[in-house]
Amino acid sequence: MMRGSKVAGARGAWRLTLVGGLALTMLAPEAWAQQPGRRRRGGGAEAAPIEITAEQTAQLTRIANDRKLNFDDLMAAAKTFMPSGRHDEYVLFASGGQSGQIFAIGVPSMRLLRSIAVFTPESWQGYGFGGDTDPVRERLRINGRDVQWGDTHHPALSETKGDYDGQFLFIGDKANARLGVIDLRDWETKQIVKNPLTLSSHGAAFVTPNTDYIIEGGQYPTTLGSSYAPISEYKEKYRGMVTMWKFDRMKGRIDESQSFALELPPYWQDLADAGKLASDGWFFVNSFNTEMATGGIEDGNPPFEAGASKRDMDYLHIVNWKKAEAAFKAGKAEMINGFPVLRLSTLASEGIMYFAPEPKSPHGVDVTPNGQYMVVAGKLDPHVTVYSMEKIKKAIADKAFSGTDDFGIPVLNFDAVMEAQVELGLGPLHTQFDDKGYAYTSLFLDSAVARWSLGGEYDALNDDRPWKLVQKTPVQYNIGHLCAAEGDTVSPDGRYLISMSKWSVDRFLPTGPLLPQNFQLLDIVEPGTTMPVIYDSPIGVGEPHYCQMIKADKLQTWTVYPEVGWDPHTQAISPNAPKSGQEGVTRNGSQVLVNMTAVRSHFVPEHVVVNEGDTVTWRITVVETAQDATHGFCIGGYNINLSMEPSEYLEFTFVADQPGTFPFYCTEFCSALHLEMAGYLYVKPKDAGAQAPAEGSEAVASGSK
Amino acid sequence: MSRFVRAIVGPRVPPAEFARRPVRYALPTLIFMAARVLLIVSIFFPYWHMELDAPQYPNGLFLTAYCNLLTGDVREIDGLNHYIGMRPLGEAAQFERAAAIYMIIAMFLLIEGAAFIHSKWAVLLAIPAITFPAGFYIDLFYWMRKFGMNLDPEAPLSSSVKPFVPTVIGEGGIGQFKTYAEWGTGYWLAVWAAGLIVVGFLFHMRAYRPLFKKMKAGALGA
Repeated sequence: MMRGSKVAGARGAWRLTLVGGLALTMLAPEAWAQQPGRRRRGGGAEAAPIEITAEQTAQLTRIANDRKLNFDDLMAAAKTFMPSGRHDEYVLFASGGQSGQIFAIGVPSMRLLRSIAVFTPESWQGYGFGGDTDPVRERLRINGRDVQWGDTHHPALSETKGDYDGQFLFIGDKANARLGVIDLRDWETKQIVKNPLTLSSHGAAFVTPNTDYIIEGGQYPTTLGSSYAPISEYKEKYRGMVTMWKFDRMKGRIDESQSFALELPPYWQDLADAGKLASDGWFFVNSFNTEMATGGIEDGNPPFEAGASKRDMDYLHIVNWKKAEAAFKAGKAEMINGFPVLRLSTLASEGIMYFAPEPKSPHGVDVTPNGQYMVVAGKLDPHVTVYSMEKIKKAIADKAFSGTDDFGIPVLNFDAVMEAQVELGLGPLHTQFDDKGYAYTSLFLDSAVARWSLGGEYDALNDDRPWKLVQKTPVQYNIGHLCAAEGDTVSPDGRYLISMSKWSVDRFLPTGPLLPQNFQLLDIVEPGTTMPVIYDSPIGVGEPHYCQMIKADKLQTWTVYPEVGWDPHTQAISPNAPKSGQEGVTRNGSQVLVNMTAVRSHFVPEHVVVNEGDTVTWRITVVETAQDATHGFCIGGYNINLSMEPSEYLEFTFVADQPGTFPFYCTEFCSALHLEMAGYLYVKPKDAGAQAPAEGSEAVASGSK
Repeated sequence: MSRFVRAIVGPRVPPAEFARRPVRYALPTLIFMAARVLLIVSIFFPYWHMELDAPQYPNGLFLTAYCNLLTGDVREIDGLNHYIGMRPLGEAAQFERAAAIYMIIAMFLLIEGAAFIHSKWAVLLAIPAITFPAGFYIDLFYWMRKFGMNLDPEAPLSSSVKPFVPTVIGEGGIGQFKTYAEWGTGYWLAVWAAGLIVVGFLFHMRAYRPLFKKMKAGALGA
């Protein structure tokens, strides 16, 4: 009996072990295998605390004297120098002005990391050089015309709860009223939307605190839809506008069907900013030329510059965008040129927009981190004028209006909404903030940055009395925008500040009559000291306007596309991406399809034969996964150049209308055998009569071995 | 049970005897069980690593071999290897990788069997597991040598890189690459398993040899 039960027990144990073992085996997925290996070698040199010896001090002193550096210069160098391999703490995304690009610059080293093509074709990035039907070229077309540049002004990083989230970047094109959308996973422009109402937009891009909308404010009024109207009908027909572009974060695209605009009086709307926290649900737009001057110096009229500066006050536009959104969703918008517009009468009757008087022709309006105050910079007035959201709300509730403007928009009593005026100096333009209760305003005419103290809850953060100028640092020269580290968010870092100086005059070696801009880095860490300029960085491309500075660790940048065959236009693997072993050339009538792979250091196929007049669709998969193993692909004479990043899938189409023999080659020095990474495209002339397909596939067969 | 089977399987432990010396009789079984667990667990850990360092790969390239899987920067290393004409790594040891899990399960079952056999024949069942680490090493060496020595003479760099035997363990080099190879946790688990089995047999002998002798004497006497 005992033995029997023991055997049965043993058999049970057997089974248990067998089943358990098999189960364990099934549990051995490949995911287990992705453990990183052990690193034997570090990248850069490790930082260890140092103590400078007397001998080293002597060396340092000798070099400083040889190079005519004083102690402040040495300190500036120590604050900005980045040893090889060390990464910057912040990334500055700067408008590239008329270059139509964005520049990414590391802070504090001020090293240019790269440019991002947005409104202008750029050949290194292969942006707009992908054949006759390049979607980028389509994107850059306005009314059938190739518009190959943009006047990029204000970059805006996407925000979550009023703080940069590092996901997307937007930028406005002032010259053509367009917005570009850049995905910060791969730093590529994904979308450009053209405003159908107008041709110029200065107040773009600014995002609402959760990036629900991207604000695009206009500048020079035209009729909405930009049709013809004589200047004599200025007041009747010309209109300003501000557009609320709905952003679909999941798709990473602006949803034009959910976007709408607000009709504004024909004042010249200027910069904008979205409210946050205390002012969430509102946005603010400055204006000038509320005189509605129409210029005409040639006819003996005052020129715009004088006519638009006559009145002492212009209007700060105060817009309740949540109410505007509700009115739009309630169907209260009219379609103009196919785009929904809330008319001025609706803005007035629905209580969507109010005006507050502001000292004449101001420039920037910037909302403090807590959303409580709007800082309007005087431009032609030496003050910044600070408005209180609390007071604005109260004035609206109390109907503290001094009347309406000519278009029926209520004008709030200046004294009812104004919190403070701070005299800073000449030509205040833009304001940024730190974490210690200070604001920083650029002074164009003074060529200086002013630090001044905020009031209200900020008063407790520092020892200075509220609403008071504290410090002025000269910059070189004619500062436009300025940018503090995360200085326009709900939580500024108070670290670095960039002065975007428009004139460099004598700062650098002469570069002919066209001089670079000067991005100057100021150290604003310590409140009690001067804010020294610690770096001058020449920007020799375009005239940048605004920039934003984000903590580098917020960016979730891909170093390589996630999978081989990745289509950056859809951010997914393309079903069309040729796979290794499936390369070749196929023909359907005069349509030729080339399926190609590229890997160090060859293309497959290396010979492609087509007939003159064929429409050639060329698909390339980059079969690479190593970081920085980028290839290029060009066909000389056909205006084709692609940047082929690791794992990317690319497609282009062109008409082979030029017979001949065309070498194609890799345009990035990819490997030791880079020069050998080449092939030939043969376009057989029509009169040669021979049929290409057979030879084409033959050549392919030999090429793919 | 026939006499032949009994001679192979060996004597059973009478319950009274087991109760008298539980540790003596349980110990070999427990040690074998530990060896079996180590062997199974080794499936989930790498058997072998290689790091390849070169100036343009500041983070290094890694190869990690599990008993049934080669992973890491295989694609990149294959891409580089094509310059010197080395065949893709995936072509190496295909049978071994496909069979590895089954072989380990088989060894697992054989050791289980060894615990039930109380004669010297038990050693036979444990030989695969005892020799497994050595076998793994020999197989790895075989394939690396085979791949290193059979380079495509038509490859782009065939004139500058001659056939070579890659370093299986320790520091080696090829071109601008320095290679560092070492055993992984899985391999050490398998080595421990092998060692435990050997130790287990010492206790196995201590426990069952007297019983076996007694059984044999009894059988002869009958």
